[in-house]
Amino acid sequence: MSARTQTFLWIGQRASAAVLALCVLVHLCTIIYAVRGGLSAAEILGRTRGNAAWLGFYSVFVFAVAVHVPIGLRSILAEWFGWQDESRDLVLWVLAAVLAMMGIRAVFGVFG
Amino acid sequence: MPREESQTVLDVVTYVQRHLDASLAYRFACRVGMCGSCAMTVNGQSRWTCRTHVSRVADDGRLEIAPLHNLPVVRDLVTDMTEFFDKWAKARGRFTGTRSRHEDFERVPPAGRREEVDAGIECIGCGVCYSACDVVSWNPDYAGPAALNRAWTLVQDVRDAATIERLRAVAGDAGAHACHTHMSCTERCPKQISPTAGIAGLKRAIAMAALKGEL
Ligand code: SF4
Ligand code: FES
Repeated sequence: MSARTQTFLWIGQRASAAVLALCVLVHLCTIIYAVRGGLSAAEILGRTRGNAAWLGFYSVFVFAVAVHVPIGLRSILAEWFGWQDESRDLVLWVLAAVLAMMGIRAVFGVFG
Repeated sequence: MPREESQTVLDVVTYVQRHLDASLAYRFACRVGMCGSCAMTVNGQSRWTCRTHVSRVADDGRLEIAPLHNLPVVRDLVTDMTEFFDKWAKARGRFTGTRSRHEDFERVPPAGRREEVDAGIECIGCGVCYSACDVVSWNPDYAGPAALNRAWTLVQDVRDAATIERLRAVAGDAGAHACHTHMSCTERCPKQISPTAGIAGLKRAIAMAALKGEL
């Protein structure tokens, strides 16, 4: 992998971390607000169904996770287990796709 | 071991070699903190031994002296520094000028970028930072703090003409981006250099170059 690609991975890691910091904050505030007076599936779905703003927000959240997690794991796998070759990156591409797909599926699950 | 006033750890090692075990191998040259050859670990921490007073580091009157970490041991307290210095070369740690001897001196403004160079230029190549760095121990390919600090002083040198090649050489998994900012190098450097700051500067410079399509 070229120095350029590795640099873009690092930029992606930093940028997705910034997005995640904001997303997690909004997500936590929403949880704290939502559980006041008990939590029910109907109440949650009432908020998210057909709401394009939440759809957009959680899609961005999922995308940031799918970028951030595999790049972070990439260093952990290299440093802890010495796994540095291309097979690692291939597996992480698959992981990124799985995370994105599962996340988007859930986002659409509460939207539609 | 007789205790003397202002006794250094290097004095202790020298005493051992002269009076207790003549076969002991260790390295030193200047004894005044300039040459960088006397670094060892003392009670587990990497230090320059010629300027470390026993009184400051002895733990209940005990000293455990060992070779530097993260480098192959040649014998006793002597490590093989080859890979340490090879990594400086790999990080393009040599100055690349543009002028010949027939031209006038370049006038470098002392403020601005030159201050960044001055902050890192006094490195004596002792290897203390390299020995103290966790990332080096996890990732043997990692260039390490000293080589990256050297690269940073050249990137900030207005006279140097090889910035992009150098940034390319120190980008990525074996370079600046491997640093986790643990700051052990900065904590341990006997010359009060902050390789961490230089590495952060390299990360910024590399990212800018990559975004501009220059990398
Ligand atoms: S940066 Fe400091 S600790 Fe590292 S080799 Fe140079 S002088 Fe020694
Ligand atoms: S002997 Fe030269 S720095 Fe210690």
